[in-house]
Amino acid sequence: MKLPDLTELALRNLRESLLRNSLTTIGISVGVASLVAMLSLGIGLQQLFSRRLAKSGLFDTVMVTSRRDLRGMGRDEERNGPPPGESRVLDESARLEMERLPNVLEAYPDIRFISELRYEDKPHLTMISALPSSAKSNESFDGMQGNFFTSDTAPEVILQKSFAEELLGKVPGRGIDETNVADLARPLLGKELTMRYAQRATSPAQPPSADAANPPDNSLSGAAYSVVSREQKLKIVGVSDLDPESMRGPTRAKVFLPLKLAQSLHIMQPTDLREVARAAGDQPVYSSVSVKVKNPAQVQAVEDAIKKMGFGTFSILDASRGLQQVFKVLYAFLGIFGSLALIVASIGIVNTLVMAILERRREIGIMKAIGASDGDVKKLFFAEAGAMGVLGGIVGVALGWIIGQVINLGTNIYLKRQGFPPEHFWAVPWWLVGFAILFAFLVSLVSGLYPAGRAARLDPVQALRYE
Amino acid sequence: MTTAPPVSAPSGTVAIRSENLCRHYRMGETVIRAVDGVSLQVRAGEFVALLGSSGSGKSSVLNLVAGLDRPTSGSVIVGDRDLAKLSREELAKYRLRVVGMVFQSFNLIASMTLAENVELPLRFAEVDRGQRQNQAREALERVGLQARVDHRPSELSGGEQQRAALARALINRPQLLLADEPTGNLDSHTGTEIMEMVRQFNHELGMTVVMVTHERVLAERYAQRMIFLADGKLVDDRPNTPTLDGGQF
Repeated sequence: MKLPDLTELALRNLRESLLRNSLTTIGISVGVASLVAMLSLGIGLQQLFSRRLAKSGLFDTVMVTSRRDLRGMGRDEERNGPPPGESRVLDESARLEMERLPNVLEAYPDIRFISELRYEDKPHLTMISALPSSAKSNESFDGMQGNFFTSDTAPEVILQKSFAEELLGKVPGRGIDETNVADLARPLLGKELTMRYAQRATSPAQPPSADAANPPDNSLSGAAYSVVSREQKLKIVGVSDLDPESMRGPTRAKVFLPLKLAQSLHIMQPTDLREVARAAGDQPVYSSVSVKVKNPAQVQAVEDAIKKMGFGTFSILDASRGLQQVFKVLYAFLGIFGSLALIVASIGIVNTLVMAILERRREIGIMKAIGASDGDVKKLFFAEAGAMGVLGGIVGVALGWIIGQVINLGTNIYLKRQGFPPEHFWAVPWWLVGFAILFAFLVSLVSGLYPAGRAARLDPVQALRYE
Repeated sequence: MTTAPPVSAPSGTVAIRSENLCRHYRMGETVIRAVDGVSLQVRAGEFVALLGSSGSGKSSVLNLVAGLDRPTSGSVIVGDRDLAKLSREELAKYRLRVVGMVFQSFNLIASMTLAENVELPLRFAEVDRGQRQNQAREALERVGLQARVDHRPSELSGGEQQRAALARALINRPQLLLADEPTGNLDSHTGTEIMEMVRQFNHELGMTVVMVTHERVLAERYAQRMIFLADGKLVDDRPNTPTLDGGQF
């Protein structure tokens, strides 16, 4: 029998016992809804975590630190490789080498320093960080008030919301911060700040004249500098709601400068002191370098290449790898629990079809008498089981989606009452819709195996005698 | 119990031949010999009546010829096919393409309209929908039910249902029309109508007809041969000249 005829006959037969078949289909729907609800919760939670991690802007970034830092983020590096004293200095030449690695978009130094900013003659001490122009695409600046830097060398700053509050003399409240960024930005945008910083100015090495026991190392000519106090006027161009450096914890900055500007200011870095004995000439030495990779899939390869260069690395992939494993286990558990209801529903299909065989025994006999093969009868019952599965699957997905929306809504109402921002932690991706319907279809077919086989094996003579 | 007399092969092509055909059932310790060594031959285009009292084995023989049942021993050969040697799948194909069956209780599927019932064998034969519908309409016209195509069996009289069953049996243009008490549930007038149709198909389409009946009058009126069965054995096989007076039986 052709597939369209089979489907038509199957649907006709299902309509004949509408109530019973509807109840069975509803059973499947509930099973599928439970599966969809469970898995979409898992997927939603993973997406929520991924979003949070992605917002850090570090998903496609490798943080490179000098092994000489002695505060490497990877424990393996402490055990393997050359001792810190013999390892490379993270300087400009190393940065350029990293930038030339395949799949690397850019490698920029992490310029980060504590400085005093004066606003309306009031001093404010804070951590300042330099941002490359590529940071403009960081999600953290999506909802920013004002604009990103007009150029990479412009004397401009972007403030983080909490620092803007500090400048305006506002005290952030506890729990959820409902301060409107636009209200904060309005009085600040276009205003000027004065940054006081320590500039590293190169000066020729002065050999100490009196110390004959410790003659100066002439190979280190130029590795001497003076520190000069400077001021730089900066225009406030933006106020960011989100914290682009939320992953950095206590070292996160609240004020951001254009990277090239920061480099041109030769601001004194903590590493300058440590590496003064090794730095060649005027070449700057960095505490860390951020290497931006074309896409997260290439992060591992780039990380490995940088490790081979003798530096310590850290990427969010390192942190998220364990998380992904946790989510895989979570999926498996949620899937198993979700499938239980579907398996119970599949018993309903077996029951319905076995009842249908009893009721339609004579009909099966007639079909066989007029030429239906065992295969035709089997396929017909399979089609009925499959149709119930597909219908149940479609209704179940819709039901699961509705359940998800309702729970999402309910939870968000609860979160709002508790003073937390709303979150979208329920996701029904298209692949889950397809998977759930296919799974329901397959489970139904498996459920139909026994009844269909039984119907096919019916003896036509006995079946025709059946009243 | 008498042994079935050997049947001499009638002239013309042999449509059905059975050799020492047996069908035994076991019920607990008892063996029931529903068909017990029946040997017969039916020529192509012949109209044969199988007669006998209830339990004589006539329906069992018909089921074996129809390929609905398998012999315990012996053989039943239709055309060049030994039905005992066919697989289940081949038997289904045989029933689909070679045999048309009519039953006492019509055996139409209650949930389907007449048209759907009639075209059902064509679905199994994987005939295209358009062609199927045309053939079903023609078959129903042939039995005078063109106005009832969309009715369900429960909306029809017994005679109409049996006519629809005839239309279904003929839809695949089978070589054999096997009728098991086709008038058993009908009044005499309607029964005559049905039998006239069967005779017409036998004459016009050259179909071989084997009809099971316990009504001798009916057999004498329409059959060219009468085969008598008793206790599963063939007890008599005689030619008959159909009276065909058109009267009621």
